[in-house]
Amino acid sequence: MIMPSSSVEKRTADVIIIGGGVMGCGAAYQLSKEGLSVIVLEKGELCAGGSGRNAGGVRQSARDVREIPLAVHAVQNIWPSLGEELGVDVEYVQKGNLRLGRTEAHLEKLRGLVDKNIEAGLCLRMATGAEAREICPYMSEEVIGASWCPTDGYANPFKTAFGYYQRALDHGAVFITGVTVTGLGKVRGKIRRVSTDEGTFEGESVVLAAGYYSRAIAETVGIEIPVEREDEEVFVTERLPPMFDQVLGTAEADFYGHRTKHGSFLLGGVSGLQHFTSNHEGHPTEAYTAPSLVRAIIGFFPAFANVKIIRSWSGHFDTCVDGVPVISAVDEAPGLTIACAFSGHGFGISPAVSIAIKELVMDGKSHTIDVSGLRYDRFTGSAD
Amino acid sequence: MTVIVREKSTDSFAPQAEDDMLVCRCEEVTQGDIRTAVHAGLRTFGEIKRYSRAGMGLCQGQTCQRLVRAVVAAQLKVPAGEIGRVAGRAPVRPVVMKELALSTEESEGVDDYAE
Repeated sequence: MIMPSSSVEKRTADVIIIGGGVMGCGAAYQLSKEGLSVIVLEKGELCAGGSGRNAGGVRQSARDVREIPLAVHAVQNIWPSLGEELGVDVEYVQKGNLRLGRTEAHLEKLRGLVDKNIEAGLCLRMATGAEAREICPYMSEEVIGASWCPTDGYANPFKTAFGYYQRALDHGAVFITGVTVTGLGKVRGKIRRVSTDEGTFEGESVVLAAGYYSRAIAETVGIEIPVEREDEEVFVTERLPPMFDQVLGTAEADFYGHRTKHGSFLLGGVSGLQHFTSNHEGHPTEAYTAPSLVRAIIGFFPAFANVKIIRSWSGHFDTCVDGVPVISAVDEAPGLTIACAFSGHGFGISPAVSIAIKELVMDGKSHTIDVSGLRYDRFTGSAD
Repeated sequence: MTVIVREKSTDSFAPQAEDDMLVCRCEEVTQGDIRTAVHAGLRTFGEIKRYSRAGMGLCQGQTCQRLVRAVVAAQLKVPAGEIGRVAGRAPVRPVVMKELALSTEESEGVDDYAE
């Protein structure tokens, strides 16, 4: 029901979750399923920040080793059956990820990533240019090698976030959108209060999963999260006959993308200029970006030259200073759990993160999945 | 932005005679699909677009925007203005990739893509 703000009656719950993206919706599902009462507060629409603007990669390869336990847990234990669990088709496809190289320096970089990932227990390898073209025959001869992780894939971020949302509603969670959180407050040394432009909410625990905006909210209780906005764009092609289902990336990060169940391709990336030209708010697309991406894509995949682009959009990553998220309880602020700064690769691990958040809230630590490398207090200045 | 409180719907979905009618022609989304999205808890144009694909096709909602808003507003019994609008996205019309590739004059490799 759409109601005037004065009629927001429910203001206390076991858990207040800040952020209505895939992380907040996932956490709401896990916690409400355990029988806890949950209120989710979102300043805009649901699934409209990073969750509504990303291309949906479900990737383990080329991740920092601190994130790999989350990625592997998600791919091995959750993604294959998530659609069944949520009762929606999350459009999960597991046909592998190719990260392409055009120069010897690229291959050197890819080999470094592969070695680190193998050390962390991931199953992937280097492929020659010919092997890569055998996997995905549409690539040009420019590709001289690639990393190949056959268990990577993609899914639909909207279907996933809304699936979590619907099942959380079924378990009694309440979602309030159009409410902007302005700060956190303690009661007897414990985080309890959430102040908003529509009054105060109170919970036994608070989960902060508001992307980049988590930074300002955490600051109100003296916690600094070194995270910045970084704009990216994605465009979508017309619907095409089946070509290939591998997720693509490049050593240079010229572009990334994959086919969708709908039949269109999602292709994303940056021009390199947007950090200095974008105003961040309102998510404008930049004149430089699509042409720059298109030139890279046609170089790798000449068959795309005659394909039409239907629309494009932009969004921002919540990029952490060290490129991996903060998923952590907070010693100085008992009752607060932070899950933000996913740095552009949060969606693929989101089902695992929802479990880590649930355990951090309920037990104070994540015992199913090791997130010890993602604590909020890991940062030290370069002058140390 | 309007404050919206969302809780589990206790009503079951009630089919209507015109649920088979196409609302978004580009993506073949019916009135029933849109009403299903509303029943599932989606409330704004942006949410319904992401859930149902209405407005994601070639015309980007130029044809169906008013219809989608009307269907949603009727079901929620709120003014259409509270549903929001379809987000404007570039390009206005579909553009072939090689033409976009040409749009920086001094770009390298232009000749490779020119016809």
